Amino acid sequence: MDAANALADLTEISSQVEAAVVFDDTGAVVASTLDDAEHSARLARAALDLLGAADKRFESGGQALTQLEAALREGSVFVAREEGRSIVATTTPEPTSGLVFYDLKTCLRALAEPKSEAKAPRPKRRSAKAKADA
Amino acid sequence: MRRLLALLLLVGGPVLYLWRRRDERRERVQLYYDDGSMVTLERGASGAEQLLAVARSAL
Repeated sequence: MDAANALADLTEISSQVEAAVVFDDTGAVVASTLDDAEHSARLARAALDLLGAADKRFESGGQALTQLEAALREGSVFVAREEGRSIVATTTPEPTSGLVFYDLKTCLRALAEPKSEAKAPRPKRRSAKAKADA
Repeated sequence: MRRLLALLLLVGGPVLYLWRRRDERRERVQLYYDDGSMVTLERGASGAEQLLAVARSAL
């Protein structure tokens, strides 16, 4: 699945997500729900800064940080990363964290799927008439 | 009138205090690691302010 479709699915299923940006390890934006490219880049940069600061300050015995949530009165910022790709999302205040993380991870996994698998055409079912003719 | 004012202060003060504390507690950062462990940093904890400031800039 391509990144734009994955993000479209995400915003469709998760009403709490206001904006989401997929970015790579360097902070380059892969896809975004925002029309404003500058805003997308700023969100990706902030997410990268969050991951970097959290990695640096809160090392957990060699364990890798996979996701984080920063909850503020105005809303929350979620970041999840998997296999070189990360996603950041902003939400309304007091979101259902578990659900948002689940949706973000689903989005990242959809991106990791090979395109041929996602777009594979379904085999056509033969009609009873066609079977009888054969 | 004085009694009413005193009653308002008596009830309103603690309510306002608790409301503000609830708001402060709401601001936190949660970090999740690949082994399933999780760290919660409440507002005011060491390092939390820096992360909250970055998050605020994203919103």
